Formats: sequence, C-alpha cells, structure tokens
Amino acid sequence: MKRTLEWQIATVKAIRQETANVKTLTLALLKWVPHRPGQHYDIRLTAEDGYSAQRSYSIGSEPERHGEIDITVERIRDGEVSPFLDDVVVVGDRFEVRGPIGGYFVWEASDGGPLLLVAGGSGIVPLMAMARHRAAVGATVPARLLYSSRSFDDIIYRADLDTLAKRDGLQVFHTLTRSQPEGWQGFARRIDDRMVAEVNKPFGPKAQVFICGPTALVETAADAAEAAGVAAERIKTERFGPTGA
Amino acid sequence: MSERFVTRGFVGKRQDSGAAASRIPPGQHLVKDFPVLSAGPTPRTDLRTWSFRIEGLVKEPAQWTWDEFGKLPAQEFVKDISCVTKWTKLDTRWRGVSADVLLEHVELDGRARFVVAFSDGGYTTNLPLPDVINGQAFVAYEYDGKPLAPEHGGPARLVVPHLYFWKSAKWVRGLRLIERDEPGFWESLGYNNHGDPWKEERYSGD
Repeated sequence: MKRTLEWQIATVKAIRQETANVKTLTLALLKWVPHRPGQHYDIRLTAEDGYSAQRSYSIGSEPERHGEIDITVERIRDGEVSPFLDDVVVVGDRFEVRGPIGGYFVWEASDGGPLLLVAGGSGIVPLMAMARHRAAVGATVPARLLYSSRSFDDIIYRADLDTLAKRDGLQVFHTLTRSQPEGWQGFARRIDDRMVAEVNKPFGPKAQVFICGPTALVETAADAAEAAGVAAERIKTERFGPTGA
Repeated sequence: MSERFVTRGFVGKRQDSGAAASRIPPGQHLVKDFPVLSAGPTPRTDLRTWSFRIEGLVKEPAQWTWDEFGKLPAQEFVKDISCVTKWTKLDTRWRGVSADVLLEHVELDGRARFVVAFSDGGYTTNLPLPDVINGQAFVAYEYDGKPLAPEHGGPARLVVPHLYFWKSAKWVRGLRLIERDEPGFWESLGYNNHGDPWKEERYSGD
C-alpha cells in the first residue's frame, strides 16, 4: 500500500460535550474513506503567520457512518491543540486532516473474537469505534469492555455505552478510581490483575485483547492478560499520554 | 496541498527560544517527559539468556552474552529524539555501544545494503546500512544514568536518533544484514520506509 495520505479540509459538523473536559467533534470529509476501527487521523492547524501544529486523534465513530468521522478530544491543561479545539472551534470551522492511519491496533468484525477491550480515560475512543462497528454490522462476537474512569461524571460516552450494552450485547464493566456515586455496583479501584482476570474469565486464552490508556494502566492490563493465559500476539496496546496535547 | 490552509482563530504556542525551536522538526512539539508507545505487552527477558547477534550477510556472525556486551567499549550519547506521534525530546542522555563498534566484529559481505533490527516479541524495523554507521546508531542499555526500563526497551534498545523513534527498536536482540530492503513491522503497516523527521517522512508515500 503505497497510497499517499493527502491532507484534506474537514468541516466541523457537530460538537458534543461528553464530560466536563471532553468533547466530540464530528468532522465532515469530502474525501472520506472507510477506516478500520482503531485507526486515527492527523490534524494540522495553521496560524496566520504559517506556524502550524499537528496532533493525532483516534476515530471514535464506526466506518459504517459514511462521509464523516468523530474525534473525541480531551482538554489537556497547558496543551496547544486541545484547548483550541475545546474553546475556539465552532460548528462550520474548517481545518486540515489526513488519514486514516495505523494498521495494527485495529479490529473488524471479520477478525472474530471473543473481544476484550480495556480502556482508561480517553483511551476509550479507538475501542468505541470497535464497539460501534460491532453493533453496526450486527456482529455476534462476544465482547466485554473494562473501562476505568476517575469518577462517574468522567465516563466518556456513558449513555452510548449503556445503549450498546442494552441493545447490542456489549458487556460493560466500569471501574471508578477516585470517587463513586452512592450505591455504586461496579469496581472501585485501579485496574489490576484480579480485575482483568475476572472480566476475561469466560474468554480465557481465546480472547483478542485491545488495551488503550495511560502507560501504567496499559502495562498492568497487558501483563494481566498474559497472566490470564492470552498469548502476547493476541494483546494489542496503544498509549494515550501527553502526546495528544 | 501546497498552499497552507489557515485555521480560523489558531495562534499556537511558539517555542520561546530560537535555539530550541531550530531543533524541532516540522509538525513536532516539545515534551519534557518520556512517553511510552508499544504495540503489545512489554517482554521481560532474563539477562542470563539474553544475547545480541549480528547475522545475515557477514562472513561469520557475531554474538555476545549480556556480560560480554557490557564489556564492549561504551560511550555516552546525548541526542534529540522525535516520535512519529509528534513529540520531540531534546538532550536525551544514553549509554551504550556504537553500531560501528559492533560492526567491527564482523566482516561484511559486499552485498549487504540494509539492516533489519530484530527484537524480543517479534518486532522488526529496517534501515539502510548508511543510516546505521558513522556514529549514527547505537545499542543503549542506560538512560539518564540508570538501567534502561523495560517499558522504554530495556534491557537494551537500538537508538537511531536521526530517524523517527520507531526505528529505535526496543528490546533489540540483533542486527541482520541483507541485500534487498525488507519492510519491518510499522513499515508494513502504513508507516514510511525511511522515517526522516526533517523531511516529515511519517507515512507511506510521504
């Protein structure tokens, strides 16, 4: 595949507040091509004087939605690009993007399962593309999501995850690490070996595992999946760090 | 698109000092921490069974155990590094063995043109031989005065600072000399075959 990835102009079609510091931007693309769930786009912002900045953002939407993609942006304090996307951008604004990019951290329904998704914070975004794709094509591959957030209000895509759980058989396990609402039934600690083993139990070594989040979470969850008998080649990881600033 | 498309309302955060700014390749931004990116679980290799090997188009392969490797002439390297995910880190301090020192231990076959670095966990990356020699690449086992942490590629990683950092294979176990170029892991998955940050060779076709 020697296809050159050309820059194109994306138009912001909709903006949705996901949590206090996370927004989803729907970008309409004239040269839209279907992505593989898990892939990302590069964004390039250019100032009047020619100064420009680039960042990568995972696609949160499913490829079955034609002509547009969702990117979900967490505002990074002191960041350069995310505060701009959060504060300044309004519907109708345009900026350059190119993609889709990345051919490893991807899952399509034809890849089968069972599927274990493990996310921390905004690491949910590429996994959400997989979960939405699974639902959009009506795949019956068993799928479980273990998702770590700081608090109930920090859960990104909370309502959509509830819908995927109710309607499409995605089994969702939340853990809230800092605070939990009264009567909370889910996990209430950082992801650890025991939690991964418990959630993966019905899948055992057959699981296909995708982990995305901060480094410490990814390291822990990947080691735990290996300890649960999943071969290293079936465990794919992606890190979300300050690189998204 | 040759004309830059100006983004309404975008100002950006400029690097304050011109000296540092001139060291940041296009499309990159400075970081102070050291982000970790890898495609799968972190391999843990027992140092008792670790080895480093130079093989392929050489007269006799060379191989070192961990103890032997530690006795090779080492140097300190202070280098700027750039990851294709857009971060650049200045003045990273490493200790390790220059690829030139390693290659002195083998007699290269005249057909050798490219190098494949191979790692625990099955990772590979390809490099033209001229990008590996003349002080441009080294195998590091210390970062910032401490043994290289597993998530950063320890016990030892290749470092090729003039190329995007995926070329600096973590958990490296050897170099294979070959005649015809063979794309490695990321190079087979849409990333650029060469990866020069100053030319923004990020993806296939760039």
